[in-house]
This record gives sequence, structure tokens and C-alpha cells, in this order.
Amino acid sequence: MDNLMNSLFVFLLATFLGLEVIRRVSPLLHTPLMSLTNAISAISLVGSIVLLGGQQTTLSTVLGAVAVTASTINVVSGFLITDRMLKMFKKREPKP
Amino acid sequence: MNVPVFTQVSYLVATALFILSLKWLNAPTTARRGVWAGEIGMIIAIAGTLLLPEIKSFQWIILTLLVGTAVGIPIALLMPMTAVPQRTALSHSFGGLAVGAVGTAEYYLRVVKPFGQPGGLNHFTMGVLALEVLLGFLTFTGSMMAVGKLQDILPTRPITYRGQNFVNLSLLAIAVAIGVYLTVDPSKTILFPIFALLALTFGVLLIIPIGGADMPTVISLLNSYAGLSASAMGFVLGNKMLIVAGALDGSSGFILSVIMCKAMNRSFTNVLFGAFGQVTTKQLGPGEEKTVRSAQPEEAAQILESASSVVIVPGYGMAVAQAQHKVRELYDSLTKRGVDVRFAIHPVAGRMPGHMNVLLAEADIPYDRLAEMDEINPELSHTDVALIIGANDVTNPAARHDKGSPIYGMPIIDVDKAHTVMVIKRSMSSGFAGIDNELYFMDKTLMLFGDAKAFVGEIVKELSNGR
Repeated sequence: MDNLMNSLFVFLLATFLGLEVIRRVSPLLHTPLMSLTNAISAISLVGSIVLLGGQQTTLSTVLGAVAVTASTINVVSGFLITDRMLKMFKKREPKP
Repeated sequence: MNVPVFTQVSYLVATALFILSLKWLNAPTTARRGVWAGEIGMIIAIAGTLLLPEIKSFQWIILTLLVGTAVGIPIALLMPMTAVPQRTALSHSFGGLAVGAVGTAEYYLRVVKPFGQPGGLNHFTMGVLALEVLLGFLTFTGSMMAVGKLQDILPTRPITYRGQNFVNLSLLAIAVAIGVYLTVDPSKTILFPIFALLALTFGVLLIIPIGGADMPTVISLLNSYAGLSASAMGFVLGNKMLIVAGALDGSSGFILSVIMCKAMNRSFTNVLFGAFGQVTTKQLGPGEEKTVRSAQPEEAAQILESASSVVIVPGYGMAVAQAQHKVRELYDSLTKRGVDVRFAIHPVAGRMPGHMNVLLAEADIPYDRLAEMDEINPELSHTDVALIIGANDVTNPAARHDKGSPIYGMPIIDVDKAHTVMVIKRSMSSGFAGIDNELYFMDKTLMLFGDAKAFVGEIVKELSNGR
């Protein structure tokens, strides 16, 4: 029960924090925002790594392998494409 | 489970970096720093995880990490910017798959251990595990359907049938009932595959009735689900970093969905169950002939040249015609002549939130020239020319006054208040919502018929020939 309450507190605070922080992101950057939050939530990779590395049953190893591969794709492509997009946002060069 | 201090500290640091990452994304000037913070956080967290004593073998971990990286890099570097919505939907799908797969594995590993003991299941763990699997799998198949629609593999129009909402809701109700039953008695292993299958099916059925115009909302909603499923996984594994990262993603998706819904004046239920854009309710009567004025590139160029302020309204049609680089040339050419050129971006322009900004940024249009709808609307009444390229419904004045119109109440860009309106369009066909745009029949409107890329190119040529 303590565990549940602890986790719920963390979830509650993180959700409010998320709403506050993300509300401030300019609509200009909403697409990079989505790909960045995607990459960050692919941190579920750590759970998949523990599952795969545990080598407990064949099923858990197979599902772990699928999960690690899928999350890694998200982490790698998510961060890279966000950076690729952000690099394109430039201000007007000052007129000489 | 005893988590080593080093790992715990690495998770704490990573969580802080993830929050900073999103904070820095607030402004274009600090945004790239945000990406680096996220990357460093990710590397620290992975390093901390690899040191856990539970990990007995690294062989598979290294292999799958390498495969994932080898697939991820080309996706990120080669994907054209017009296809970013597909990639995003695909990543929601992979995220859902990973979470669902881990949830399934955790269930079968824990169910054989004594109930209520450490390492086994209890009612709480089973409850969140069911939620994790439900959200994970429905996000997986639902996002796959979204990818199919965005990529035009599946029909973008809504697929509907009689009693669809009833079927969908019953399916969800059965899935939830089984989830609740499993929470009470997790030992009924026979029910688990049925539960997973129902979640997978529900994802498909949820998305097929949704039309192309609603894609920005649907992607945002699936983004939220993907985040919440990751958070649920954090509950199951007792990992607070995961709970936070998932909650951040979930709230981001939620905010974006709300913005998209407001931008189309629709509610969540309406998007999910309304099957927008399938019926053309209001057609022009047969005897009703309306006339439009059309113009050639020379005339358009002259009008643009003599204007002092121009607002360009781009829509997804501009991206389809690959006209953004020609538009950039037009921008350059007019700016050089001292014309003040700005771009008005409707929140749902493009196929996902913010998509149009990325497409214009890719064409090297400075981001301080891009204006949001609320920012530009008050200025349109003293704008000389509004030039609409590939946008339709978001400029239709009927949204303001015609209560019978399907888009009534939707906030629009008030182009009809500009002194002159020019619309580049292939033909007189209607937009996503399948309705006529009365803007085209106004006296101050000039229709420029043709392919957006070719037409803008010709205007640019006229401008450079001029003097």
C-alpha cells in the first residue's frame, strides 16, 4: 500500500509539473516537443533491459528482446530527429 | 529488490535532466540544449541499469541495442520532413509494443510465484499491470493504423459501419471486465491472452473510423496513451524515473490533444466517435451559380509587388505539392522589395501539431516570420494581401456565421479581412470537410488556379523579370 501511495504521489507531481512545463512550449516547436517527449518516455528501455538480461524464461527473453529493440529505435531516432528539426529553426539574418 | 545506490542516483540525475530537457525546449534558442540534456540523461540511466545485479547476460542486450540503433539512425536522418507525422506515430507504436511486451512477460514471470509475496503479484501490481498491457497494446495497434492512414496505405477517409460505437464500447467493456477479474484473481492465466488480444483489437477499431483531418488530434492522443502506458510500467516495476518520464509524455500528449481539439472546435468524444468528414452534408443547390475571379501569375505578381504587407497562409496542400522552397523564394523576392511578409499558421495546418512550422523552417524561412493564428488575426484587417497556398477549411468564413456548416465554431484565420485575398488552388474542389468555401466567391478574392509549386515559381519569375 505504501508503495502504491508513493508511486501515486510521484505520478501526480510529475503530471502537474509536465502540464506546467509543457504549457510554456511555443506552438512553433510542438512537433519537436512530441518527438522529444517520445524519446524520453522510451526510457522504458531500462525495464526492458532488466527483463532481457535476467534470462529467466524463453518467453521473457523473447519479449525482452522485442522490447529492447523497439525502445532503442525510439530513443535513437527520437533524439536524432528532434535535433535535426531544431537545427532548421533559424532567425532572420540581420540585414547588412 | 535491492537497487544499488549508484543505479538509484543515476535514475535521479536522469529524471532531473529529462525535466530540464523539456524546460529548455520552451524557446528555439535553448531547444537544442534540451535535446542534449535528454540524451545525457538517457545514457546515465542506461549505464546505471547495466550495473544492476539482476542482469546475468549481456549478449542479447548488446545485440538488441545495436539492432535498435542501426534501425533508428537511418529513420532519423533520412525521413523527409513531410513524413515526420508517420515517424512519430510509428514511435508511439513501438513504445506501446515495448511496454505491452514487458507487461506480458512480467505477468507470466510473476504469476507462478506465490501471491502477495515479494516478486509475485498482488492486487495492486496486477491492476496496474493490466492497465499497462491494455494501454501498451492498444497504442501499438492504434498507432500502426495511424501510420497506415498517414502513409496512404490505408484509406484516409473514415471507415464506418452501423453500430460501430456499440461494438467498440462493448469490446472495451469486456476488456476492462477481464482486467478487473484478473486483478481480483490473477491466477486465471487463460484470461490473459484473451485480454491482450482484446486490447490489440480495440486499438485497430478505435482508429479506423477517424478521418485524415483529425490526425493531429489522434497522434496527440496516442502520444498521451504511450506516455501513460510507460508510466504504468513504472508503477509495476516500482521505478520512479519511469513514472516521471511517462507522466511528462502523457501530460504533453494531453495538452497537445486539447489544443488540437480547440483548434477544430470539437470534443474528444466527437473526434473519437464522430467520424468527421465522411458525409458532405451541404451541397450547393443545382440552380445556384456562383462566379469566381481568377488571375494569371503576372497579375498576381503585380499585386504582391505593390503591397506593403503580405500574409501567407500555408496548408498541408503546400507540402503535398512540395512548394515550400518556391514559397521561400517568393518570400525572399518580396522581402528584398521591402514588402513585409509573414506566415499565418493555423494550429491544425499539417498532419500533426506544429508540423507546418517544421516544413517552413526546413525551407529556411526564419521562424520569427511565422505567426500563430491568435497573433496574426488582429493584424489581417490592415494587411494588403492574404495569399493562401494549399489551405482551405481553416480560412472558411462560414465557420464564423453559418450554423449549419460542419466546421461552424472552428477558429479560423481571418483572411477575408485583408484588402485582397489570393488563393492558389488546383481546382474548385472542397477541402477535408467536404464543404464549399465562400471565401472563393468574394469580390476581393482572386483565384490562382494551378499547381502550387509551379504557380509560385511563375510569380517569382515574374517578380525577377519585372526590373
